[in-house]
Amino acid sequence: MEWPDMIERYDIVIVGAGHGGTQAAIVLRQRGFAGSIALIGDEVELPYERPPLSKEYLAGEKPFGRILIRPESFWGERAITLLLGQRVIAVEPEAHRVALSDGTAIGYRTLIWATGGRPRRLSCAGHDLKGVHVVRTRADVDAILDELDGSSRVAVIGGGYIGLEVAAVLNKLGKSVVVIEAQPRVLSRVAGESLSRFYEAEHRARGVDLRTSAVVECIEERRGRVCGVRLADGAVLPADLVIVGVGIVPEAAPLLAAGAAGGNGADVDAFCRTSLADIYAIGDCAAHESRYAYGARIRLESVQNAHDQATVVANALTGQAEVYDAIPWFWSNQYDLRLQTVGLSVGHDDIVVRGRPETRSFSIIYRHRGRVIALDCVNATKDYVQGRSLLRSSRLVGTEALSDTNVPLKALA
Amino acid sequence: MPKLVVTRRDGSGRAVEADANHSVMEIIRDNGFDELLALCGGSRSCGTCHVFVDPQFVDCLPSMSAEENDLLDSSDHRRPNSRLACQIPFSDALDGLRVTIALED
Repeated sequence: MEWPDMIERYDIVIVGAGHGGTQAAIVLRQRGFAGSIALIGDEVELPYERPPLSKEYLAGEKPFGRILIRPESFWGERAITLLLGQRVIAVEPEAHRVALSDGTAIGYRTLIWATGGRPRRLSCAGHDLKGVHVVRTRADVDAILDELDGSSRVAVIGGGYIGLEVAAVLNKLGKSVVVIEAQPRVLSRVAGESLSRFYEAEHRARGVDLRTSAVVECIEERRGRVCGVRLADGAVLPADLVIVGVGIVPEAAPLLAAGAAGGNGADVDAFCRTSLADIYAIGDCAAHESRYAYGARIRLESVQNAHDQATVVANALTGQAEVYDAIPWFWSNQYDLRLQTVGLSVGHDDIVVRGRPETRSFSIIYRHRGRVIALDCVNATKDYVQGRSLLRSSRLVGTEALSDTNVPLKALA
Repeated sequence: MPKLVVTRRDGSGRAVEADANHSVMEIIRDNGFDELLALCGGSRSCGTCHVFVDPQFVDCLPSMSAEENDLLDSSDHRRPNSRLACQIPFSDALDGLRVTIALED
């Protein structure tokens, strides 16, 4: 490509103004970094929190101003230059510069790649009809809200956390909701079967038409707009609105094109360094080896991961290098169910249910060779808090002790 | 406008004007105090907006939920006057409330 004349250089250029990118900028200043910082975001919005998009913001319980990561004045006060509504389309690692979507280029001393991911789209007929939506940005949710009043039947495609959270909110708003999941159970990628079955039952008890092993054939159209979802078995589910929540694709193409190692995101080492000099990657798009996944290279799509990796990079750039080794944790709120997860359940070889799901307060404890590797705690904050120490201790713990709710988990650590 | 007095970990601090429709966490965050992580954005899921509340005000605050209590237990720095800032809705009655940001765990 043709590179324009350089217009500006910054000591640190952060690409992506989500949780990871903003946290990196904030911590750099907190640690006394005095150089120049540019934060590039492809949305026009000031940086904001994403988790409320599928919860309080969609429900109308929190206005946008209350989910801003910082008020507008903050960025200027901290001398963090916001370049919003801009995408990085190319990286030139030798020249230490990036090309932006508006045709300009900027130089960097250090680049922090924190672009997250874009929602995976369907490829079937009708996938781009009016009335088909995703949930990743404020603009996505505003588009849903714009059409919500005129819609009574909503089809949610994908039974992951985003899909289920959206289903819960829309059900509470009085919409008739169907959830279509291709796998035999919801949350199959992230949780054990007991948790899946619990959430399926909860949604159905509230009137959500939740269908598993249901494969979408196409989106049906009437007058240029969605009117239903046709399944592979021929059933047509009428819908005024379709919301697709089938995961994200990491956004690392410009980095990979510049020669960074990776494929599923950008590969990083324990310090979040990519294979390219002076370029770090953090958050949803950073593929790192995790001891919580037996050393496998994984990407984690969570606020915790984005935030803690950002802190690792900001610390390294201010002379306090440390490896990324934070325990993964996550939360999801649906109806009055507060799920808190700690650790990663991948690779578990057995499951202990602590407490009775019918009481709507219980935990699912995942073990690998007798050691606790993760907990999914539903309305059981005490187990979530104490389960952390259990994870750290890596002691062998018996089923009887784990399932006895009279024994606090910290007593077993 | 009512005031909230915020003290940082290093002992420095200042009084800020406080919006009575916001939580103490939001007021601290929106006034440039970076130390308060508040990772979950105030949904009572993480315990990273831990503050110590001026004991004089402890009785004026809403009572603590079981979840808040459990999350505070995750801190090595918990004290009798510990609260999660996201669980304190600010109000005119709290004018002059003093909070200190707790040490990070």
